Amino acid sequence: MTTRAIEISVGVFVAAGVAALLMLAMKVSNLSAFGDENGYELTARFDNIGGLKPRAPVRIGGVRIGHVTGIGYDSERYQAVVSMSIDPSFDQLPQDTGASIFTSGLLGEQYIGLEPGAEDRYLAAGDVIRQTQSALVLEQLIGQFLFGKASEAGAQ
Amino acid sequence: MSDKNNESERGAEAEDILVRMRGVRFAFGERSIIDGMDIDIPRGKITTIMGPSGTGKTTLLRLIGGQWRPSAGSVEVDGVDVHRVGRAGLYRLRKRMGMLFQSGALFTHLNVFDNVAFPLREHTALSESMIRHLVLMKLEAVGLRGARGLMPAELSGGMSRRVALARAIALDPMMIMYDEPFTGQDPITVGVIMQLIRLLNDSLGLTSVIVSHDVQEVSAISDRLYMISGGKVIEHGTPQMLSQSQSRWVQQFLKGQPDGPVPFDFPAPDYAEDLMGAV
Amino acid sequence: MVLDTLQRFGRSGLEFFGRVGRAQLFLFQALAGFPGLVLQLRELLRQMYSVGVLSLAIIAISGLTVGMVLGLQMYNTLVDFGTEESLGPVVALSLVRELGPVLTALLFSGRAGSALTAEIGLMKATDQLSVMEMMAVDPLKRVVAPRFMAGFLSMPLLAAIFSAVGILGSYFVGVGLLGVDAGAFWSQMQDKVDLYDDVYNGLLKSVAFGFVATWIAVFEGYDAVPTTEGVSRATTRTVVHTAFAVLGLDFVLTALMFN
Repeated sequence: MTTRAIEISVGVFVAAGVAALLMLAMKVSNLSAFGDENGYELTARFDNIGGLKPRAPVRIGGVRIGHVTGIGYDSERYQAVVSMSIDPSFDQLPQDTGASIFTSGLLGEQYIGLEPGAEDRYLAAGDVIRQTQSALVLEQLIGQFLFGKASEAGAQ
Repeated sequence: MSDKNNESERGAEAEDILVRMRGVRFAFGERSIIDGMDIDIPRGKITTIMGPSGTGKTTLLRLIGGQWRPSAGSVEVDGVDVHRVGRAGLYRLRKRMGMLFQSGALFTHLNVFDNVAFPLREHTALSESMIRHLVLMKLEAVGLRGARGLMPAELSGGMSRRVALARAIALDPMMIMYDEPFTGQDPITVGVIMQLIRLLNDSLGLTSVIVSHDVQEVSAISDRLYMISGGKVIEHGTPQMLSQSQSRWVQQFLKGQPDGPVPFDFPAPDYAEDLMGAV
Repeated sequence: MVLDTLQRFGRSGLEFFGRVGRAQLFLFQALAGFPGLVLQLRELLRQMYSVGVLSLAIIAISGLTVGMVLGLQMYNTLVDFGTEESLGPVVALSLVRELGPVLTALLFSGRAGSALTAEIGLMKATDQLSVMEMMAVDPLKRVVAPRFMAGFLSMPLLAAIFSAVGILGSYFVGVGLLGVDAGAFWSQMQDKVDLYDDVYNGLLKSVAFGFVATWIAVFEGYDAVPTTEGVSRATTRTVVHTAFAVLGLDFVLTALMFN
């Protein structure tokens, strides 16, 4: 092979490799979610966040509009503090919007679902979402169920 | 730094020794290959080291070139102790030595021209046009200037060796070592190589060290012969001196007699008993 | 009898350590030749061609077929749980974290590694390395270093291509043939595949594998017994030892990275 042909084919090879890496980085991984450094931050407090993880999606009506950026704990009020970054194009969330922790599917990961409120004023950067509903913990559900059954039986 | 030590051979001839080996020993694992040899290679002459196969002739060349270390003794080339001079010093020394391997050892991925140009491109900063001139000159010296574009795979054995020779003289070394240059070649090629060795030695002022067991060819062009066997030097001198040697072993070797001090028969029990005796 | 076996054990043990030691020294000397590679760019390019470009075909085809099979198999399993929408992330994680780096390394060693071993071994057997030494040219710098660097650079690129093509293959099977929702395929994948934890770690693995696979390949060639049989045995050793090394290293790295 001529040197020219070798140089060209090696160039093509390296380009293909880099393209593959870029594809993996952009289309496959959550790099696109990193793009919103310009998202605005909201916080919400929960009694129990269940299995919520950082970078978990924040959805409204099923549509992803942001992600969880950090999870902390307020040891004075005994509540979990979740910070989220919301895409700036969704800036019309009413101030009484509620945040709940849902599970995708039966076994899926947990995410924050927002229910729009009715107020005229909108949430801005740094605001706190007041209405929150904690995650459903399976053991508590079972416990409640059994307790309910037991009290039914007891009442009879 | 050249060492001018005077050694008289047959008369009052003062000789300038290029390679001096003293008390050299070399073993391959348990087997002792070289058992205390003293060899002097005079400058500007053709010295041949002869002996039966497997007696360590190639080993000697590798010891001179510094590829292998002796277990005892010293090897000095042009006053430099080959094995004590350090990596950089050894490489400097090697640039002044050329070696012709038995197989030619051309680089198979380069053509004839690039093979000969290789040492020039590696060790000099000469321009490509200068290199081209030099390469063509070297190839002309071995008679293969027209073959410059061929690949090693397209060359015959004899041609490969001639190209390797051109490559070995590319940097105008002070010494060339030839490892069995005539073995397995047709008579014409042998004649060509014989002539080349003599010609190059004399016209370029080289020192040549040949390792071979082709008695006829080598006696015709050598100035000095060393006969080795069993790890030791048996005899040394000019070809005439050796042909008049009293040693029966030397005579058997030089004349190519099948039986003599080196016996024809491998040690075996008595023949009659072997045939008639119980199985 | 017992003493004989013990003696043989001992000798092969010593031999093993001897080889490891030689391999280490070899590595240091070869790495010392790396800075000099800037002067040998043409040679490096030629080696990248023979090691990288010529491996593209087998890597791409294998990646495609592995991806397609993965898509099919994972679909069959997921559909029982009703979670076939998760096909995207399942396939992507398998490829990026494990199958990409490991399979590429094994294929690479079989195709390019054995070729490197054979080439260097043959150069040794025909005295080309010796004659280079005698011409005061260090074969480690001239012959080994460019090939080492070429393998080291090519492997991560090949592994990325394997994973990328594999994902496309499983997309074709899952979405194209089996009816998984295209949107779910990509969006779930993007949710679950993390740039640092998965893609970056997978890339690190392929760099480590590339280093080991190329090191073994060039060392075995350089250390081969200079006969036809010796070279043939060295080529086999390259493929076998690389397999062991890559799989072992994979376990260690996975444990460290994906704890």
